[in-house]
Amino acid sequence: MSQDMVTLLIKSLGETIYMVTVSMVIASVIGIPLGVLLVTTAKNQILECIGFNRVLASVVNAVRSVPFIILMVAIIPVTRLIVGTSIGTMAAMVPLTIAAIPFIGRQVETSLKEVDAGVVEAAMAMGATPMQIIWNVLLPEAISGIIAQLTTVVIGLVGSSAMAGAIGGGGLGDLAIRYGYQRFRADVMLATVIVLIILVQVVQFAGNYVAKRLNKK
Amino acid sequence: MIKLSHIEKTYEGSSGPVMALKGIDLEIKRGEIYGIIGLSGAGKSTLIRCINMLEKPTAGKVIVDGQDLTAMNDSQLRAARKNIGMIFQHFNLLSSATVYENIAFPLKLGGCSKEAIEKKVQPLLQLVGLNDKQHQYPAQLSGGQKQRVGIARALASDPKVLLCDEATSALDPQTTKAILELIKDINQKLQLTVVVITHEMQVIKEICDKVAVIEHGVIAEKGTVLEVFTNPQQPITKEFISVLISNELPSAFRGAEIYPTAVPGSHLLVRLTFIGDSADDPVIAGLIRGFDIEVSILFGNLDHIKLTPYGRMIIGISGEQPEIDKALEYLKSRDLRIEVIGYVTRHGHIAD
Repeated sequence: MSQDMVTLLIKSLGETIYMVTVSMVIASVIGIPLGVLLVTTAKNQILECIGFNRVLASVVNAVRSVPFIILMVAIIPVTRLIVGTSIGTMAAMVPLTIAAIPFIGRQVETSLKEVDAGVVEAAMAMGATPMQIIWNVLLPEAISGIIAQLTTVVIGLVGSSAMAGAIGGGGLGDLAIRYGYQRFRADVMLATVIVLIILVQVVQFAGNYVAKRLNKK
Repeated sequence: MIKLSHIEKTYEGSSGPVMALKGIDLEIKRGEIYGIIGLSGAGKSTLIRCINMLEKPTAGKVIVDGQDLTAMNDSQLRAARKNIGMIFQHFNLLSSATVYENIAFPLKLGGCSKEAIEKKVQPLLQLVGLNDKQHQYPAQLSGGQKQRVGIARALASDPKVLLCDEATSALDPQTTKAILELIKDINQKLQLTVVVITHEMQVIKEICDKVAVIEHGVIAEKGTVLEVFTNPQQPITKEFISVLISNELPSAFRGAEIYPTAVPGSHLLVRLTFIGDSADDPVIAGLIRGFDIEVSILFGNLDHIKLTPYGRMIIGISGEQPEIDKALEYLKSRDLRIEVIGYVTRHGHIAD
């Protein structure tokens, strides 16, 4: 593999990391509160609002049920509206973020549901407000689980970002399709796969490490 | 301090409404330790949660320290709850926070400064004896230590009332004793009103001044622990007490026939109960000296209900019938409770 190819590989890896990081950050900012709302507005919870909860859950399910490759194409007008183009790394981040939000919401919901209801009750008995319960009880108690779940989401996003290569989204997927597939460069294909494997391993390891450090149980 | 008037609570169950509490009236005075005992499902957990409105009663009034909690809005209620500490069967500590942070938690919610929190938490750590554990996490503590953290946390906001929801049910007997001692100690030191929910009569006997027995959402019986213990009225109360105080006959007589009148070779079994100062009365000596009878002690034990000595004894009296009758008259005249069981023969059958 030539020096150019290695440079290209590194550039693509950088693009993938960039896409995944930005999408992940934006999606978390929206997805984590979404997960909190999914839990706290359910029946017998601190912000019980069953109608709202049902609507929210339906929207989440609707977005999650669209396969990423279709979502990517289907929301091209929205992408164009937000970033001004429908191709390239920037354009790929829009569907990545949109797909990640409900995914994160559900994952966070799962983690928060595992928080002992007794601890929430104890906080209520002390006169805590719902916001205090969310900030001081639910999130700190679930943080280890949330990190573990978010790790899964990041890995999912790495996979989806490769798919974004199909519409010229840049990143490792793009590289694999343009060089490895369309130009029959098996070495490039192999290198891409190896880099992806390493990337996922690193993410998983880091996620496990942080989750373990935060787990005091 | 706490006044519950006609509390009702109805849940919407899957098969129609379920009435968990059916009109509970209860008054708890300042500084009292009040026990509420019942089987699981009797409604006692719901009842204690009505006192701090974690469960809102469907009807009735909850008055704590002169404030009607049932008439409050959410933010007034949150302020009022700071006056009511609560500890739980499963401790309900924040697993992600250290012992120190757990105790500081209610103060942090109340917006106290770091210095104020430090000043408050250290004496509490001292009080519950956990100074050396303050930087540990709950997972590293034993059950008893966790409950000590729970108690310190409940006391952090200087409450006037402490609610204990099955606080010792998850602990072993030794730890239970130590935790009960601590609760008793706090009650005396801080003049705290304590409400204890339990299904164990031992807990009531150990620390409570008064007790209410709850069954099927109503109070079956209530009164001072001494009254209820020594003179239970309801079957459910008798059942609870029988765990601690067996009403059965000593094994030698179990299964033996009991005759209402004397038969050859029989003697009369009498159960005596001494309460408080009467435990000092030399009744047996009086019996033997005063009457021409023989007295054998078949069973006896002496116990305490909180601080009051409480003794029970079964004696066998044999001799001529007129003397036995006179002896019974004597016993009845003393300051103790007697129960004539009947005549039995020594080996369960009439002597030839």
